[in-house]
Amino acid sequence: MCLWCRIRQKNPKKKTYYAAHVMTPLLSAPGEKMAAVQDAPMELDSEKETKPEILSDGTSNLSGNTASGTLSSPPLTAGGAPKQEDQQTLIAVLQFLRRNKLTESVDILRREACLEDQEDSQTLDGSGGGKGDGDGGDANSLLSRVSIASAAAPQSTLTPIPVKSEYDQPDVSVVLSAYSQQGDPSLYQVYYTGLKNFIESVLDCHRAELSQLFYPLFVHMYLELVYNNHETKAKAFFEKFSGDQECYYQDDLQILCGLTKKEHLKGNEALLDFRTSRFVLRISRDSYQLLKRHLQERHNNQIWNIIQEHLYIDIFDGMPRSKSQIDSMSGSFAGETRREVNKAKVFYGLLKEPEIEVPLDDEDDEAENEEGKPKKKKTKKDSMGSKSKKQDPNAPQQNRIPLPELKDSDKLDKIMYMKESTKRIRLGPENLPSICFYSFLNAYQGLTAVDFTDDSSLLAGGFADSTVRVWSATPKKLRKVKSAAELNLIDKESDDVLERIMDEKTASESKNLYGHSGPVYGVSFSPDRNYLLSSSEDGTVRLWSLQTFTCLVGYKGHNYPVWDTHFSPFGYYFVSGGHDRVARLWATDHYQPLRIFAGHLADVTCTRFHPNSNYVVTGSTDRTIRLWDVLNGNCVRFFTGHKGPIHSLAFSPNGKFLASGSTDGRVLLWDIGHGLMIGELKGHTDTIYALKFSRDGEILASGSMDNTVRLWDSMKAFDDMETDDFTAATGHIPLPDNSQELLLGMYHSKSTPVTHLHFTRRNLLLAAGAYNSQ
Amino acid sequence: MTEREERRFAEVPRESIKLMAESSGVELSEEVAALLAEDVCYRLREATQNSSQFMRHAKRRKLSVEDLNRALRWSNTETICGYGAQDALPFRPLKEGELFFVEDREINLVELALATNIPKGCAETMVRVHVSYLDGKGNLEPQGTVPTAVQSLSEDLLKYYQQITRAILGEDPHLMKVALLDLQSNSKIAALLPYFVYVISGVKSVSHDLDQLNRLLHMVKSLVQNPYLYLGSYVRSLVSSVMYCILEPLAASINPLNDHWTLRDYAALLLSHIFWTHGDLVSGLYHQILLSLQKVLSDPVRPLCSHYGAVVGLHALGWKAVERVLYPHLPAYWANLQAVLDDYSVSNAQVKADGHKVYGAILVAVERLLKMKALSLTLAAEGSGAGLPGTTTGAVGFRENSPGLSPPSEPLSEPPLGIASHLQAGGAGCPWEEWTPVSLPAMYCELYSFFGDSLAVRFSTGPPLGGATPPGPCQPLEGRKEPASSAPNLENTRKMPQLTASMNISPRQDGSPRMEPQPPSLAATVPGRSLARSSSSSSVSRSRSSSSHPGRSTSQSRDIFPKARFPLPQAGPPAFSFIIGGRQMGRRCQGRRFQTSFTPTPPLTTHPPRAYAHKLPVIGRVSKPVRRWTCSHYSLHLPL
Repeated sequence: MCLWCRIRQKNPKKKTYYAAHVMTPLLSAPGEKMAAVQDAPMELDSEKETKPEILSDGTSNLSGNTASGTLSSPPLTAGGAPKQEDQQTLIAVLQFLRRNKLTESVDILRREACLEDQEDSQTLDGSGGGKGDGDGGDANSLLSRVSIASAAAPQSTLTPIPVKSEYDQPDVSVVLSAYSQQGDPSLYQVYYTGLKNFIESVLDCHRAELSQLFYPLFVHMYLELVYNNHETKAKAFFEKFSGDQECYYQDDLQILCGLTKKEHLKGNEALLDFRTSRFVLRISRDSYQLLKRHLQERHNNQIWNIIQEHLYIDIFDGMPRSKSQIDSMSGSFAGETRREVNKAKVFYGLLKEPEIEVPLDDEDDEAENEEGKPKKKKTKKDSMGSKSKKQDPNAPQQNRIPLPELKDSDKLDKIMYMKESTKRIRLGPENLPSICFYSFLNAYQGLTAVDFTDDSSLLAGGFADSTVRVWSATPKKLRKVKSAAELNLIDKESDDVLERIMDEKTASESKNLYGHSGPVYGVSFSPDRNYLLSSSEDGTVRLWSLQTFTCLVGYKGHNYPVWDTHFSPFGYYFVSGGHDRVARLWATDHYQPLRIFAGHLADVTCTRFHPNSNYVVTGSTDRTIRLWDVLNGNCVRFFTGHKGPIHSLAFSPNGKFLASGSTDGRVLLWDIGHGLMIGELKGHTDTIYALKFSRDGEILASGSMDNTVRLWDSMKAFDDMETDDFTAATGHIPLPDNSQELLLGMYHSKSTPVTHLHFTRRNLLLAAGAYNSQ
Repeated sequence: MTEREERRFAEVPRESIKLMAESSGVELSEEVAALLAEDVCYRLREATQNSSQFMRHAKRRKLSVEDLNRALRWSNTETICGYGAQDALPFRPLKEGELFFVEDREINLVELALATNIPKGCAETMVRVHVSYLDGKGNLEPQGTVPTAVQSLSEDLLKYYQQITRAILGEDPHLMKVALLDLQSNSKIAALLPYFVYVISGVKSVSHDLDQLNRLLHMVKSLVQNPYLYLGSYVRSLVSSVMYCILEPLAASINPLNDHWTLRDYAALLLSHIFWTHGDLVSGLYHQILLSLQKVLSDPVRPLCSHYGAVVGLHALGWKAVERVLYPHLPAYWANLQAVLDDYSVSNAQVKADGHKVYGAILVAVERLLKMKALSLTLAAEGSGAGLPGTTTGAVGFRENSPGLSPPSEPLSEPPLGIASHLQAGGAGCPWEEWTPVSLPAMYCELYSFFGDSLAVRFSTGPPLGGATPPGPCQPLEGRKEPASSAPNLENTRKMPQLTASMNISPRQDGSPRMEPQPPSLAATVPGRSLARSSSSSSVSRSRSSSSHPGRSTSQSRDIFPKARFPLPQAGPPAFSFIIGGRQMGRRCQGRRFQTSFTPTPPLTTHPPRAYAHKLPVIGRVSKPVRRWTCSHYSLHLPL
């Protein structure tokens, strides 16, 4: 009876076609077998699910591990590895089978694989050495494989376990089983110390790069110890080496140090994340060779195994990076970005504005002339220029994403917008904006989210008491539409019908919207000011009508707290992200999401639409930022560098750049086209909850919990950066430490954290927050 | 090690677990309790960690009970009730042992329900707008008040406006002072700004009344100095009003008895003040001012008083302005002025007197130009070749002291607002577009050809500090800044630059505030110096000693000016010698006699020069005893 059949029998519930699928290729030539596995990557997870059974087969931990290793070796060799290795794997399988007295299977396998001759000789060789010998051979071959694979396709997986984990959310025990015993627990400290000594002794230029290894190795070794029930050893290990880790991993270490039991591992999502994703390190070729040589010399298999199984080393040619360069990019949950991830083309340009005739009324112009003629002329020219401008080469196809058609009211609004923008103040380092602060008073219930409409006429606040309140920021009061019965009485032909449908009796400065059953963490106005979105802890996103001030739709899908939501700049679509680690794209008229953007390893805390509506950016608690293509749901950019959860994101108005702010008090600037970090703005002392570019993009405003609004010279930050294809290729550029030069102003509120920032169409900066009396 | 571990987290001891189990009727073995304790600790930590994200998303710094409850709810655990109150829970100590606990009182719900004192609803949640920062500058009003910039005009404000304008334009000088002071410091008058600006623009209608003009100018000054006011584009309007006072042939200036000169001087100072403090509000302001000044200067039809205004205006705007506008224009202008000054006819007397005014003003302006240019060159030279210790120390000494002596608003370098670059970039039709800097010696030579010995600025090699070194020329300049204790050879040079130490056309009215603050250091040094001088130069006239009381000097010059003019024609052969008495920033200074290059040797007429000197109006010149000149060695030295 063959091994696969055995497995199948053990899991009668499993769909049999899997076994068949896997089995058939195995019975045929090895080359074909690979192809089949690759064809059906999803099927692998069922294979995975069989593993626990093998583990509980009554065999020891040790052999269980071997089993899992051999089981999944096909995909390993799948990556075009030489036949030699293939045979080795088979031999290993055979050895395992023999040890477990599965002679029948051995025979079948041998027959099928036509291995008899070599196998015999191999067994003769290895008969004396036993397992130890096999291990040594294995390590060597792995080493050679690493070097090959790293040079070749990065996608080809080096070791069995991660292959699976990459394909799907794995079963907990499967993931953890990777931690089953691999070495003497008492030697872990020795291994780690050895590596530490080595890294500390290498040349300075390599030290910084190799030091990146410390943290992931530390975590994995610690978890291995915990998993294998070496509690005291794990504690000792943690105690000894936790102090060496970079300070920005403090939060993770905090979680880690609470974990001392194997049982706890299973319920801890953070660690599952750490396991399922391979920690990515970016190391220059020289440094990598150095490390490889060292580990080969020392036969430090323990560390090698971890490096191969749990780390992904992205090797680049060129100068080793400096400590500060590394620090600027690291800090995320899963290491750095792989370079190839950010290679995809992003159409970051803006869509062409629809042509709208702007009636220029002369009265307005004359009033304007007081301000100064030259200015006026200039802006006029600008608006003309943008109109006649051809399609931006970096812009997506106009209809790449189907967008709603412009209504008459939208056109009117566009005209208003253009008129307003001619009166826009040109901001710059010498011309800073005025700031209006909207203080929420008596917000005992806790202000959790704020949004302004684009024309700054309405203001919405989400509160922890589940309410959403809408205020009018103009003297115009908020009115509801009349009831259906009353509407029937209206003369529908009259010119002012739009005015007549409003119920004057309901006029008030603010309206409350009730419906959520948990704190409202995100609010977003639709661009046409007819709708308001709110996302709440109760797991829903609600769409409210601002005509009737009632709830229209409740979008259910997240099932967990929804941290943020944002309307597309063209309306219709919106994005939401929550505790379930995914961001979802919705259309207002669909009750189910159109896209699910999965990939973040922790909560999606912040979501924003790109100005051209073709992309969505999400920030997460895993300290990474991802840019998703709305069209196909792919992650096209992956940014690491923040040292804390990301709580604010803002696109520059031209769509080229992205700013992100996090709990670490830093604002990072990203070049979307090249996929590079291009700036770091330090200064805030607390979480940055609000980021906004001025209408022309010259100034970036950041608002933080430290009760300040800071203005940054974004033009300078962007101009100073020379990003070309060459720098993009290496994936990193030297960041100048010029935060102080770029900081144009710092403005304190008395005791009001800044939760939202908004530039009016004339570039007046509006800030909002709840006054904190304590 | 375990101790540290324990300190890191709150631990629930197994005893507690056992007790809790007992309270619910379960007996636990030691082992089970230990395991449970550990697990409880872990779950607690986990719940706390999870709850922190609710805190973060609620944008709070403080973890609340509600946050923890939410975390518990999402992990399918029962929530904790009864701790949601906002106020702090007091921990009470137990008498025996170190135990602290929160008192958990029983609440009678019936009582609570029947209680009649239902708590009043808390205040409605609302939003208030506050203009926190205007153009990046702080709005100092308390939060919550309506910003005055967007405030509508209230009754009170209107009343205030009426009172203020009445007080300023009224007769009572004391009242005016009070009103001006308030205007200078009131933080709530932003809404009235346009009204005041409108009033000020009324200068054109009161051009016959010097007094009113003066008051309006003071009003400008108060507005400009008010730190709470954001002038914005009103600067333009204010500037045009001030320019009017500087340049226009005012109705009041027809009568030679009216001292419109003072007004012009004051207005020029005001202009420079506005420019230096608010020039950034209106782009191209500098350019525009220079253009209009130049236009007036190059217009021969304009009366001399307008030219005078243009010159003092340029002078007040800084030496760069003089260099770029006045200096290139001088040759052309000189001919006209010469003609005026050479005409000794009686009918021309008035014009000629005006001419001398202009002459004096130009002289002051170009002297400062030379001085500052030399200074800037020295600094540049020092910057490039800082090899010589003697020079460097000297220059450093100067730097440290210079803020006191030279007007602070006078930068050696280009003005900081990008104006210079704006000039160099050359707006369309900019007349000084092609302007190329003239070297100092060339400039000096040319100016010397105009003014001759009247030019008080000389360049001297002086006794070099560290041997015969080229940077010597800076010595006279830096010398004056040296403290008196420095080397004796600096003694004479030190005094020389005092001739022009007070560059500004000094305000002659006591009440007029100083645009450029008086250096406090001078007050200390002056007595000794003037003592020394009076002892050494007893023969020299001390006519200008009275200038230490500027108020009086003004009135004097007003009265006496015509008298001084009328005797002249009788004096036979036309000869003119005058003294430009320096009114130094300090107290006492002597006048200095100058011979203009166009007069024949000054015959001593009925009046000794001293008398003239006493009576002639003052243009800010610092005197230098004649004898001193002979003592010191002066020569034209090129500091290049």
